[in-house]
Formats: sequence, C-alpha cells, structure tokens
Amino acid sequence: MVIDILVNGLVAGGIYAVLAVGFSLIFGVARIVNMAHTAFYMLTAYFIFVGTTMLNIPLVASLILAIILITIIGLICFKLFFDRVKQHETTVMIISVALAMLFQEILFLVFGGHYTGIPPLAKGFVDIASIRVSYQHIFAIVTTGLILLGLWLLLSKTGLGKAIRAVSQDREIANLMGINVNQIFLIVMGISVALAGLAGAVIAPIYMVSPLMWIQPLTIVLASVVLGGLGSVGGCVVGALILGYTEIIVTFLVPGGASLRGAVSMSIMVVVLLVRPEGLFGVAFEEERL
Amino acid sequence: MTYLLLWYGWFRGEILAIPGRVIALLFFLVLFGAPLVTQDPYYLRMITLATIFALFATSWDVLSGFTGQINLGHALFFGVSGYMAGLLNTHFGMPPWLTIPTGALTGVAVGLIAGIPALRLRGIYLGLVTLTFPLILLGVFFTFPEFTGGELGISGIERLAFSRILSYYIVVAVFTLSVFFMWKFTDAGSKIFRVGLILHAIREDEITARASGINTTGYKFLAFAVSGFFAGIAGGLFVHYMRIAAPSMLELVFSFQAILWTIFGGVATIYGAVAGVFILFPMLELLSLTEWGEQSRFIIFTVILILTLLFMPEGLTVWVLDKLEIKCPRCKLVNVFTRRTCRACRAPLRNQEN
Repeated sequence: MVIDILVNGLVAGGIYAVLAVGFSLIFGVARIVNMAHTAFYMLTAYFIFVGTTMLNIPLVASLILAIILITIIGLICFKLFFDRVKQHETTVMIISVALAMLFQEILFLVFGGHYTGIPPLAKGFVDIASIRVSYQHIFAIVTTGLILLGLWLLLSKTGLGKAIRAVSQDREIANLMGINVNQIFLIVMGISVALAGLAGAVIAPIYMVSPLMWIQPLTIVLASVVLGGLGSVGGCVVGALILGYTEIIVTFLVPGGASLRGAVSMSIMVVVLLVRPEGLFGVAFEEERL
Repeated sequence: MTYLLLWYGWFRGEILAIPGRVIALLFFLVLFGAPLVTQDPYYLRMITLATIFALFATSWDVLSGFTGQINLGHALFFGVSGYMAGLLNTHFGMPPWLTIPTGALTGVAVGLIAGIPALRLRGIYLGLVTLTFPLILLGVFFTFPEFTGGELGISGIERLAFSRILSYYIVVAVFTLSVFFMWKFTDAGSKIFRVGLILHAIREDEITARASGINTTGYKFLAFAVSGFFAGIAGGLFVHYMRIAAPSMLELVFSFQAILWTIFGGVATIYGAVAGVFILFPMLELLSLTEWGEQSRFIIFTVILILTLLFMPEGLTVWVLDKLEIKCPRCKLVNVFTRRTCRACRAPLRNQEN
C-alpha cells in the first residue's frame, strides 16, 4: 500500500511536473498562458499512435519523430497566433483555448472518440518489496528526473539559460543588454512544447489515448503551476508532486474517491492561494501599475 | 397628439438615427415576432436555447468584461442554480416560477462565495482559481450520486409552461428584461446609476479607484452577485426547458463556451455577448443538419473564433459598429456612416481633404 502510493504518486507527480514546467516556463518568460499546452501533449500521443500502429515505424523512431513534429507545430502556432496578440494576456489565453478545442475536434474527426493505446517502450515489471512496478513506470520516473535535471542545468549553467532568466525578470532591460527577446520567446516556446511532447511520449503508454485526454491534465497542471507560484519553475515541480501524491492518496484511501481526486487537489490549491496569493514559491510583487 | 409627435421625435432622434439601435430594435422585433412566422418546434427550440445562452454569456460579460474579474468557471453559477431548481422541483414539487428565482438567489450566494478569492487575486491568477470551482463541485456531485444523479443528472423536471409558445415567450421576456437591466447597470455614461462607471474604474485601475474613495471590495462583490443572479436565472430556465439537470452544465468546456461567444461578439459591450450567441449558436445548429457539417461544425466554430481574435480583436459587433457609426468630433453625437456632417451641429464628420 505505502509502496504503491509512493511509486504511483511519483509517476503522477513527475508527469504533471514535466507538463507544468513547460507551461510555467512559457508563462514566466513571455507571459503567455498557453491552455493548449496539454493539447500538444495529446497530439504527441496521437503521433506516436499513428507512427507505431499505422505506419509501422519502430517505437523509438516514432517517439523522436513525434517530438520533433510537435515542436515544429508548436512553433508554427506561436508564430501564427500567439506572437501577434501577445500584448493582451487574455486574448492569448482565449486563442489557446480555441486552439486546444480545434486540435480536439480534428482528432475526433480523424480517429473518432474511442480510446486507444500505445505499446509501452519497456515491457515487463519488477518486484520491489512485493509490489509489482512495471518497467514503463520506472522508465517514466527516470526520464522525468533526467528531463527536470537537464532543464535545471540549462537554466542555471548556460548562457542561454541566463538570457531566458533575464528576459523573464525584465523584458525591456534584457533587450537593452543585447538579448534578442523575440528569439528567446521562440526558443522557450520550442522548449515548452518539446517538454509537453516528451511528457506525451513517456506517459502515453501508461494512460489511455483519447481526444479528450487534454482536459484532465490541464486542470491539474494549472493547479500545480498556481500552487507553486506562476513563473517559478522549481515551485511548479513541488506543486505538481504535491498534487500528484494527493491524487493517488485520495484514490487509495477514500472509498469511491476516484471521482473526488481532482476536487481534492484543486481544493488544496484554492486554500493555499487564499493563504498565500503568490503561491508557495512565487515572489510577491507590489501591485503592478501600468 | 402632441405627445405622439414628441414621442416620434424622440424615436427618430434616439433610435432611427443610430444604426446600432436600429439593429437592436429589429433584433427584438424578430425575437418577439418569430412564433408568428414559424411554429416549427426545431426553430423555436433553437431560438429559445440561444436566448438562454445569451443571458448566460451576458452575465459573464458583466463580471469579466466590465469589471475585469476574469472568471473562467462561469458554469458554476449556471450549474448550481440549475441543479438547485431541479432538486427543488423533483423533491419538493415546487413550480418553475418559484424554483427559478430560488435558483437565481443560490447563484447570488455562490457568486458571493466565488468572489472571496477576488479580494486577494487578480487577472490570470483569479481566472485560474475560478476555473477550478465548477470542477471541484463536479467531483463532489459524482461522489454522491444518490443525491445528484451522478453522471446521469436529474431528469423528469417539470416543463416551463404547458405550451411551447408560452415557454418561448417566458424565456424571451425574462431575457429582454434581464439584458436591459444589465445594459443599464453597466452603462458608464448613465446619469442615474453610478455603478457602471465604478465597475469600469475597477477594471481599468483598481488602486486608483480605491484611492478615489470607492469601496472596491463592495463593488466587486456586487458584480459577482449580479452576474451570479443572471447566470442563475439562465440555469433555472435551461433546466426547466430541457427538463434535465446534467453534469455537462458544470464542465470546463461550457464555461469556455460563454467566454468564446462573448469574445467573438465583443467583450464589455452586453450587445456583443448577445450577438455572439445569436450568430454562433444557430450557425452550429444549422450546420449539424448536414452530415458533413455535423462532423466538422466545431472545427468551423474554432477556426472562426481564432480568425476573429486575430483580425477583429475587439469583437465582431465593435468592428461592425465602427464601420456603421461615426462619432461627431465636436458634439460626440453618434451619426450614420453615410452622413457627411453631424446631424445636430453640422460639423464635418470626416477630414475634408478627399
């Protein structure tokens, strides 16, 4: 029971963390609330599905192809839609909602509404303390850890990371210091979508694939990002882990709690926000005046 | 006779001379006259549903468009009052004229509770928190299926009125009164109510508004309450019209729908929300008549939305009115686009170079 909770919570939290990090990154840098973030995750899962079952491409190759493809699509969406209206936060958000619904409907049209699955990258399972843990779960946990580590290294140790952090702190001053802000936006959007794609590639074999699979993770991602503090990359990882564990604990301990798990995690978020409006790790700004 | 002439003079000056008002007048004439032309149940049902959704979208506009309190979970008010009306009707046998106002008052109560986060959060943060409320409630509903019907919802609710036509007129009349009230309530230029101006001030700059001695907390709660009330009426009408209270009334997509309709029509205008629903909703319904349209109607819907946002970011009605109406540069009176000089002060409306 305890091991079950520990492992499943780590997997759920890790997935949410990878999704939330991408979401938080593009928000922190470009102030874009990208509600289509989990729709990119969904698209990746479908690309892999097409690659493996319809085109008979080997799984690893289709994973890589799907991630590259989704990054390109993300960048096109950014250039076509977000870039033009990025001054208006609300408009960007509404456009991204419309975009997510567009993807959903296209998938409905092409694949129909039924659930499908993707073969796991690593088959089989291992017994840890008499609990069966599948290799795919272990693979997901390890990949998530590596992704987060790589992102941390990128942001804190490289010149590009320094530029990204500079832009997120003050766009105008960063521009004056010779950083090409638009280029940084583009790079961050690429990273963000690629992270959504990676999450899709790692997670899709564990969960079911359907055109509605973007909604449930979206709410949890929003909750964990707000919980950790919008724009704080470390914070949203913690937020995602908290919510992931909450979900699993509610599912395991409350009878009939499967329908209640989302409600409990979101209630936690609301309570935290009421106590600490800037989130757990966010920085409280003085009220901004424009 | 003199009164009639005076009235006609007012009518000519205040309505006929202003294209936007002519359109609004025609719209309400068509709305009230539609059953005289067709009694086809399909069309009546389409217009009735559009009317209910227009009321819902307008109530979102009051809260988020005018007051700037971004609410991404507006379905909360609609759903709670709908469920309330449904429960009261099925369990206690209350008639619709009692359940709908009770549901609307529940909407007010929920609005006041949902307004609490608005005291500390603003902008996107507030939007993300309000987004979760209906989802939390949905989880609770699914956990206690014996009370709320779970996935199936509450069915067997009494119909609004005995005849279809009467239901239609009840919905349309309630809608007209509510929209007129909301229009006056949010009118920043009104000389009677100061509320509209204050709500605008809160949206534009809350700190300055507070510094000017406005009780922003109170007015934000007022906006939440009014918005909750009208969304609640819409929810009650919907439940009694469809005779079912279903969980889909609380879903994320339904909240987004109100926002998408309003943004398409023009945010912070009231008439924009109405126009948005009355253009998009029937269009989708008519598209679903053909087999090809049935499959791709939501794709068309989202594409239209994205294009509107990119090319008419202020919304359709604002864009159209901008083409149809010219404000006199001297006396600020609205004129038809065909005029060269202002109808009151004869000042030239456009620059004379061309």
